Amino acid sequence: MAMLEIKDIHKSFQKMDVLKGVNITVNKGDVTAILGPSGSGKTTLLRCINFLETADQGTMVFDGKTYDLAHSDKKTIAEVRAKTAFVFQNYNLFANKTALQNVTLGLIVAKKMPKEKADEIGRKMLDRVGMSDRYDYYPSQLSGGQQQRVAIARALATDPEIIYFDEPTSALDPELIGEVLNVMRKLAEEGMTMIVVTHEMGFAKDVSSHVIFMENGNIVEENNAKDFFEQPQMARTKEFLRMEEKK
Amino acid sequence: MGDWQLVIDSFPQIFMAGLTMTVPLTIISFSLAMVIAILVALIQYAKVPVAKTICRFYIWIIRGTPLLVQLFVVFYGFPSIGVHTNPFWSAVAVFAINEGAYCAETIRGSLESIPFGQMEAGYCVGMHYSQIMWHVVLPQALKNAFPALSNSLISMLKDTSLASNITVMEMFFQTQRIAGRNYRFMAMYLTVAFVYLIFSTILTWLQRWGEKKLNFYSAERK
Repeated sequence: MAMLEIKDIHKSFQKMDVLKGVNITVNKGDVTAILGPSGSGKTTLLRCINFLETADQGTMVFDGKTYDLAHSDKKTIAEVRAKTAFVFQNYNLFANKTALQNVTLGLIVAKKMPKEKADEIGRKMLDRVGMSDRYDYYPSQLSGGQQQRVAIARALATDPEIIYFDEPTSALDPELIGEVLNVMRKLAEEGMTMIVVTHEMGFAKDVSSHVIFMENGNIVEENNAKDFFEQPQMARTKEFLRMEEKK
Repeated sequence: MGDWQLVIDSFPQIFMAGLTMTVPLTIISFSLAMVIAILVALIQYAKVPVAKTICRFYIWIIRGTPLLVQLFVVFYGFPSIGVHTNPFWSAVAVFAINEGAYCAETIRGSLESIPFGQMEAGYCVGMHYSQIMWHVVLPQALKNAFPALSNSLISMLKDTSLASNITVMEMFFQTQRIAGRNYRFMAMYLTVAFVYLIFSTILTWLQRWGEKKLNFYSAERK
């Protein structure tokens, strides 16, 4: 059974139609890469399914329950967010908190977990992303790659069923991209369900199980990763892949 | 020189008036001003309907009228319509309300400068608006506003001299009384100016110390 199903999601900003009826299905353990040129609606899609934007229309079946993406109250939204996690392009770490506090704040404040237990989880999560030696560093004292790894640890701490990654390496210097992708690769190997909006073709090819190619608010093509890259069907997909290869 | 002797004689009296009236007046008024300012700033930042309009109106009235006029309205105006007033607490109320309006704008500006992404990240780990505000956004905003708020505090310390006009026996009031007796206006007013300078200097030191304390999470600046 599908773990997450998005049906007919629409979203427009002012008069711009950003999403024009997109459907996606994700099974447990899938790593779905969403590719596409800038402005294709991939980030908006991800933000809508975590209610960071309110869709104009659309439903989501998640964990056997149906949610209206256009009209959900705070309680319903909190219920969905408790089972999901989000990793942002700009990390969005809490600037006044240390790496460890960034990971534990949600546990202590939102989940009312005792501090000792939260710290234990926090340290474990930071160890998982290779940040064992930076517990007490503030975001401003960390490199972009380190900040993004802390952000991933923060996402993992809430024990989510699925993690959404919104262009997690786009703000990073090229030499720092690898350390973040390695962490994500490890998560994929451990069976974490992930949707990753990305420009990293190598990651999509090597790590993802499924690929969705979007343009102008529609899905142009989707397939398992192997076939997507080896036998693209649509002319637009072929062109996109050819352009990406030249980069 | 007789003037020096007068200065030495009156200095303790003026300084004590500062310590017992000017300083408490400043501390109490500014603390209340901070409470008002944070509330008004948060209401505006959160765009609370109706309350937001009331806050804008409050800021408009207070910033658009002189502090001295506000003091007179409360201390001399209210009794004439039957509201009993006391000099010290009238001054506290006016200074708190006046400074609250200015500091509200300072804090609102700093709140708006905190990247909204941190709010979104807070939502995504399950916190609500007020929790994120309390633990993440407000501490950063207050830290950023600290130098400007320190400025306001130092201004207020000096503005409390206006309370002499409504018979609060703070240090400028005392100085005027002493000068009225000995007619050494230059010597007396320079003495009180010097005492204000002492208090302001202490506040400036406190500001520098506070900034250093608050700077714990910023990257080292070369």
